[in-house]
Amino acid sequence: MTMNPPGVSGLLQVLLIAVLVVPAVGALVVALLPARSDRGSRLVATGFAAVTFVVSLALVLTPSQRDFGWFRYTATDAIPVVPFAEVDLAWVPRLGIDFHLGIDGISYPLVVLTALLTTLCCAYTVWKVPEGGSGRTLAALMLVLEVGILGTFLALDLVLFFIFFEVVLLPMYAVIAGWGGVRRREAARKFVLYTLFGSVLLLLGVITVVVAAGTADMLALAGGFGLSRTTQYVAFTLFAIAFAVKAPLWPLHTWLPDAHTEAPTVGSVILAGVLLKMGTYGLVRVGVGVAPEGAAAAGPVLGILAVAAILAGSLICLRQTELKRLIAYSSVGHMGFVLLGIATGTAAGIQAALIGNIAHGVITGLLFFLAGAIKDRGHTGDLADLGGLRETAPRLAGLLGFAAIASLGLPGLAGFWGEAFAVVAAIQRGSALWITLAVLAAVGGALTAVYFLRLLRRVTHGPATPAVTGFTAIARPEWLAWSPLILLTLVVGLVPALVLAASADPVAALTGALR
Amino acid sequence: MTQAVNHAALLPLYAAAGTALLVLIADLAFARFQVLAGVLGAAATAVCAVAAPDRAATFCTGDLCSWVVTPRAALLSVLFAALTAGVLALSVPTLREGYAPVGEFAFLLTCSMTGGVVVAYAGDLITLIVGLETLTLPLYILVGLHRRRANPAAAPAAVTFFLISVVSTAVASLGAALLYAATGALHLSELTGGAGRFAHLATVGAALIVIGFAFKVAAVPLHAWAPVTYDGAPVPVATYLSTASKLGGVIALAAVVQRLDTGLVVAVLAVLTMTVGNLVALRQTRMVRLLAWSSVAQAGYIIAPLAVGAAGVEAAFAYAVFFVLLEFLAFGAVAALRGPGTDGGTLNDFHGAGRRDKWLGAVLVLAFAGLAGLPPGLAGLFAKVTVVESLITAGWGWLAGVVALNAVIALAYYVRATALLYARVTPVGIGVVDPELLHRATHPRVPVPAVVTAALVIGAVAAVALGFAPQPIFDILAR
Repeated sequence: MTMNPPGVSGLLQVLLIAVLVVPAVGALVVALLPARSDRGSRLVATGFAAVTFVVSLALVLTPSQRDFGWFRYTATDAIPVVPFAEVDLAWVPRLGIDFHLGIDGISYPLVVLTALLTTLCCAYTVWKVPEGGSGRTLAALMLVLEVGILGTFLALDLVLFFIFFEVVLLPMYAVIAGWGGVRRREAARKFVLYTLFGSVLLLLGVITVVVAAGTADMLALAGGFGLSRTTQYVAFTLFAIAFAVKAPLWPLHTWLPDAHTEAPTVGSVILAGVLLKMGTYGLVRVGVGVAPEGAAAAGPVLGILAVAAILAGSLICLRQTELKRLIAYSSVGHMGFVLLGIATGTAAGIQAALIGNIAHGVITGLLFFLAGAIKDRGHTGDLADLGGLRETAPRLAGLLGFAAIASLGLPGLAGFWGEAFAVVAAIQRGSALWITLAVLAAVGGALTAVYFLRLLRRVTHGPATPAVTGFTAIARPEWLAWSPLILLTLVVGLVPALVLAASADPVAALTGALR
Repeated sequence: MTQAVNHAALLPLYAAAGTALLVLIADLAFARFQVLAGVLGAAATAVCAVAAPDRAATFCTGDLCSWVVTPRAALLSVLFAALTAGVLALSVPTLREGYAPVGEFAFLLTCSMTGGVVVAYAGDLITLIVGLETLTLPLYILVGLHRRRANPAAAPAAVTFFLISVVSTAVASLGAALLYAATGALHLSELTGGAGRFAHLATVGAALIVIGFAFKVAAVPLHAWAPVTYDGAPVPVATYLSTASKLGGVIALAAVVQRLDTGLVVAVLAVLTMTVGNLVALRQTRMVRLLAWSSVAQAGYIIAPLAVGAAGVEAAFAYAVFFVLLEFLAFGAVAALRGPGTDGGTLNDFHGAGRRDKWLGAVLVLAFAGLAGLPPGLAGLFAKVTVVESLITAGWGWLAGVVALNAVIALAYYVRATALLYARVTPVGIGVVDPELLHRATHPRVPVPAVVTAALVIGAVAAVALGFAPQPIFDILAR
């Protein structure tokens, strides 16, 4: 293990480590600030989050001197995965853990999105602290969450990946249990037990692979590393269940609606925006990457489950009467499209999954912000009590309409690409099964439109109900938190290449072993 | 014939036994400074353990020695010394309240430490069993030792503990005797499964030894004494029982299983121990009982890799080292939150405790997270990864799966207890302007003496440091 992987400048390595160290130090500083300067510490937290965001941008924009062509050969003849920034330090040799971080075309959009959403949530917390605890602690927890999520996206060592995967567990539990709604306790417990169940399976899978391969280096492991078919099958099964809980894939999704409904607004935004992506990212990077044969064999099963998730999510949404719960269930459907893309195992499918990930993060983040704003003002999330929002708060109603239409996949907005190309990728697989799946997924997409339009009809149209009267105007901090997401929804919709720019090579490397 | 004795190798034992004497003299001569003498002596023992020449051995017949210095033995001795010093520090407020005579308390605890040191260095079964008895014998008295009839549960707890422990020693001794009869081997390095006519006898002997030692680690179904005893004893003594005493049992068990083929017995014990421990812990309403049952479950994780045999010993010890550290923190924080002379209390007594005292709350969160194997308790995470890794490497994937699923069950009660620490104040039923204020007035913050703070700070710093850099422990255990 070299301390300096070839061709990576020192600056990039420093940036790569800083992107984790800054929020970690920030969490520590904020937690240690005296309790009386609550607002001040929330501002400090926002500062740290903003610096992290800037660092993450600098990481992507700093030119890498890496020659991507030739210098790393894997055990198979697959195209190597070459991250454009990389750090590799020995950590616990006994367990084969290296502190090995890297960023490539698959992970950078998620890294930037995580840093952005955390910054927005911290800024939002400066303005409004949900009931339940001190805003200072909440801000510190957000920064810890950021460390865990960023670490998961950056880790290039399997065991390190697992460790970061676990880091988010307790902080998210604390956010839901500490600042959540009425039934927060049960929701938080359900969340933490479900996701721990997923991560112990991940641990078993990771160790199975590491023991069989003798290395935990995800770059070396990419493409199968000549692991036996049985090992790959076992490992992929474990990985798939582990990530399916996190993503979540129907039928392992039942923790999600409760967690979202009870979580405070910022918790929901982080949860839907980036935490769920740890599951889909893991499935691409670890599942497909490390056990390609297992992924190929399990493709049809995953595809069927993904389409079931799309249809189930849409049908359940049609029956929902609570605003946040409806958005939560819509996540099940959207993540179904992402998983369908991954299940196809083709480059197009995985790219659809990547852009679907980002789009869902941006749009659902925005939707949860809006839902939170409506619930805070109207003190109810019940669709029956909400109505005529455009009469009393036309701007809020307009934004909700925009986000809902983006979420249902209108071409030109971010939500379109992931869903459309997941369907296209399924059709390209050609067999009767995949075409059936594609058709069913498209039907599910149409149902998405139905329930979002139903949502809009209920909430924004009709006569104004007592609950929506007297809404205060959108505050400046709210605009500040929302506008980047609104902009991104438009920009990603118009220029999807922004997300996919550098993903072609790594995706080809991951899917290469499948063909 | 006279035997040459390597005194350098015996340094840690001299230091440990000297500590007990020093405490006795301090008690007789000054009637004070007993705890100070104990802590200083424990520190000296730790220093001697580090200073003793590596691979030195004594009481040898040929190549077989009854006292063997290894890096691992040194590490474990340091751990015994540190735990003794830590428990002495935790007991200070309780002793100041006059709960028990200080001299006797400190003397018994340091005697127990001596036993621990013997167990760590033991090279044959007899030395091992004698060391184990020296470790536990003072604890029977410690559990029941109190001046006032403050705690009616103490006497039954002590008797239960005494009876069970004596029986387990008898069983282990019988096992050792059978094994000796069948194979003629007593030294740990030449224990074998026996052959020919005596193979069955040797198997029975090995099984009896495992069962006898399993009592000491409170493995199911030989665990029933633990929750009763822990809850009946003062919290600092319970701390010692669940850390040092358990560590002694683990050393003994590891010494035997790595050379005898006892995989099946140990695997069954491990599965039962972790599953039953966790399931029963779910239903506990008293803090020390919850910790006791959780420590039963933890014993299951420790002995699981021992089912593999010699290959799993390092993982078992690594887990044990991280575990005793975190367990010490958990018990220590509970003792500090509850104040001197009290028992662990019910879970409801901890309602909002983390809001009242944020540092103690943080220590308890660190300990619980570590015991659950989750960050921020990274030490516990590495412990769990080590166990799973050793099991999968040895091809015992199903046992690794059982360990992993148990971790999920365990998290349920760890988060329940942790969430309670930060729970919002519930309305009391009468109209109050500021329920927080009333809650604070009715639940005063217990002042934490400096010595307790020092013990907890050292423990917490060690746990965090080992969480970020666990490699040194693995290095020592591997040598």
